[in-house]
Amino acid sequence: MKKVFDRPQAMTEKQMHYCPGCTHGIIHRLLAEAIDELNVREKTIGVAPVGCAVLAYEYFNCDMQQAAHGRAPAVATGIKRTNPDNVVFTYQGDGDLASIGCAEIVHAAARGEKISTIFVNNAIYGMTGGQMAPTTLVGQTTTTSPYGRDSSHVGYPIQVSEMLATLQGAVYVARVSVHDVPHILKAKKAIKKALEIQIKGLGFSIVEVLSTCPTNWGKTPLDSLEWLQQNMLEYYPLGEYRTPEEGK
Amino acid sequence: MAKQLMKGNEAIGEAAITAGCRHFFGYPITPQNELPQYMSRRMPQVDGVFLQAESEVSAINMVYGAAGAGARVMTSSSSPGISLKQEGISYIAGAELPCVIVNIIRGGPGLGGIQPAQSDYLQATKGGGHGDYRLIVFGPASVQEMVDMTMEAFDIADYYRAPVLILGDGVLGQMMEPVEFNKPKSRELKPKDWATTGAAGRGPNIINSLAMQPEKLEEHNWRLQEKYKQIKENEQRFELYNCDDAELVLVAYGTTSRIVKSAVNQLREHGIKAGLLRPISLWPFPEKAFAQLPDSVKAFLAVEMSAGQMVEDVRLTVNGARPVEFFGRTGGMIPSPTEIIEKAKAVLGGDR
Ligand SMILES: Cc1ncc(C[n+]2csc(CCOP(=O)(O)OP(=O)(O)O)c2C)c(N)n1
Ligand code: SF4
Repeated sequence: MKKVFDRPQAMTEKQMHYCPGCTHGIIHRLLAEAIDELNVREKTIGVAPVGCAVLAYEYFNCDMQQAAHGRAPAVATGIKRTNPDNVVFTYQGDGDLASIGCAEIVHAAARGEKISTIFVNNAIYGMTGGQMAPTTLVGQTTTTSPYGRDSSHVGYPIQVSEMLATLQGAVYVARVSVHDVPHILKAKKAIKKALEIQIKGLGFSIVEVLSTCPTNWGKTPLDSLEWLQQNMLEYYPLGEYRTPEEGK
Repeated sequence: MAKQLMKGNEAIGEAAITAGCRHFFGYPITPQNELPQYMSRRMPQVDGVFLQAESEVSAINMVYGAAGAGARVMTSSSSPGISLKQEGISYIAGAELPCVIVNIIRGGPGLGGIQPAQSDYLQATKGGGHGDYRLIVFGPASVQEMVDMTMEAFDIADYYRAPVLILGDGVLGQMMEPVEFNKPKSRELKPKDWATTGAAGRGPNIINSLAMQPEKLEEHNWRLQEKYKQIKENEQRFELYNCDDAELVLVAYGTTSRIVKSAVNQLREHGIKAGLLRPISLWPFPEKAFAQLPDSVKAFLAVEMSAGQMVEDVRLTVNGARPVEFFGRTGGMIPSPTEIIEKAKAVLGGDR
C-alpha cells in the first residue's frame, strides 16, 4: 500500500497535551511540514513561549529553547546573532506576544531580525484559564471580562499584523486562519514563505494564525471553528500585509 | 604587556574581549555607559556582535538566547536596570547557562541617583530574581581587579554552567588606573555539546527551566544546590591585610575597602591594632577568611556604602562569637577615613 500521510520528520512522537479540538496542534504540524519541505530541520532552532505552547520543545524534533513570558523574540535574537546560519523561529500566543512581549516583538520586527514568528491568535489567554487578552474582541466574555470586553473601559483589541506591517524591518507579515481545510493549506503556504524569507536573509517574518480555544471559549471544537469564522475574521482580516516585493 | 591607563568600565569591555567574549547586549544607564559604548566600537573590529536592546529585559533575554546557543556573552547595567534583568537572570540560572553580568551600582532605591553605592549587595548575593538559585558574585576593588576578574569570570561561568556577576560601583566604573591584560590560566572546559546549534547528527538539545512535576523540579533544585556547594568550596576569595595581630577587624569590599585600608593604616599609626578583611568573592561569602583570623580579634566593624547589607553575612559567619558593628553611608555618599577611624575607636573603646 502507498503511504500518503505521515508524521513530519520535524515532529517528535510525543503525544500532545493540547485540549481536544484545539488548533495549536494543527499549527505545529504546518510548521513542521514547512521545516521538512525546506530541508532545514538539522539547522533549525525554535523558541517556545509561555502559554499553552510552553511545551512546544517536546514536540518539535529540532533544537529548542524555552523563553520567559513574551521574551521569545529577544531570546531568538540572541540565538540568531550567535548562529546566523541557523533557521530560528518563535512560536507565541497572543498574551505572550501582544501583551507582556509587545516591546520584544515590535523591536525584533523593527530591527529586521532574521527570525520567523508564528503568532497564534486565539483571542484569549488559554493556559491561565481564559482571561482577557489584548486580542479579545469587544463584547467577548472571558474570565476577566465577565460582562464582555468593554472598549470604554479597556480599549480595543490590537491588530498585530496591521501594526507590525508599518515597520520597515518586517519583511513578511501575513494573517491566516486554520478553521477549514482550504485555509489550513493557505496557512501552510504562508508559514513556509516566512521561513524562506528568513533563509534568504531578507529580514523579519511573522505569520499570525487565527486559532481556537474550545476549552476557554466554552464551545465544542466544531462550534469554535464556527465562532472564529463568524467573529474573528471581520476584525482580523486575512491576507498578506507586507511582502518582500512591497518592502523594496 | 605594557600597562595602559584605562577607565574601569572600558577596561571591563577589553577584558571581556580578551577572554573571548564576542557577544554583548545592553541598554544605556549611568554610571556604566562607557562599557556598552566601548563594546559598540570594539566588537565590530573583532567580528563580534554588539546590540543595543530596547530594554534591560530584552537585553538579558538576548543573553539567554546567545548563551544557550553556545556564545561567550556579556551584559552590563546599573541598579534599576539590574532589577529589570532579574527575570532573565533567574531563567539563566534555572537553565544553567554561562554568562557574565556586570552591575556598576548606583544609589537607590527607585531611580535613586547616579553616584556610587553598594546597596545592591543583598539583591546580588541573596537572589534578586525568583527561585532557589545563587549567582557567583565578585567585588573588585581596582580597575586591574575588574580586568582580571572579568577575564576569569567567563571561564568560571563556562566551568559551572552558571552566571557570574561582577559587582562594581560608580567609582570603579569611572576611575582611571593603569592596567595590563594578562589572560588568566585557562581552566579545563568541557565542550558545549548541550548548546542549541542545530540538531545535525544528534538528538535535539533543549534549553529550558521548566519542570512541571514537583519531583523533577525538586531534583533539579537539589542538583543546583550541589553545584553551589562545590562553588562554595572552590571559589572563595579574600584578602587579609594587617590581620595577624589585629584586635579590630574591619570588613569591607570594593571601593570601600580601599578607604578602609587607609583608615587601617592610620589606626596603626595611632597604635591601634586594626586589620582589614576584604571579601573578593561576595557569593560565596569568604567564610574561610574568618577561620584564619587570630584569637586576638575582639570585634568586627563592617563598613559599606549601604545602610547595612554585607554586615548580615559577617554576623552570620561570626555567629555571635564577637561583637559585629556597622558603619555605612548611603545614597551615593562615600565614607571618609576620618569617620571610619572615629567609629573604629568607638567600637574598641566600647569593648574595653
Ligand atoms: C511573567 C509571567 N506572567 C504571567 C505568567 C502566567 N501566564 C502563563 S501563560 C499566560 C497567558 C498565555 O496566553 P497566550 O499567550 O495567549 O497563549 P495561549 O495559552 O492562549 O496559547 C500567562 C499570563 C507567566 N508565566 N509569567
Ligand atoms: S486551553 Fe485553549 S489554547 Fe490551550 S490547549 Fe486548551 S484549547 Fe488550546
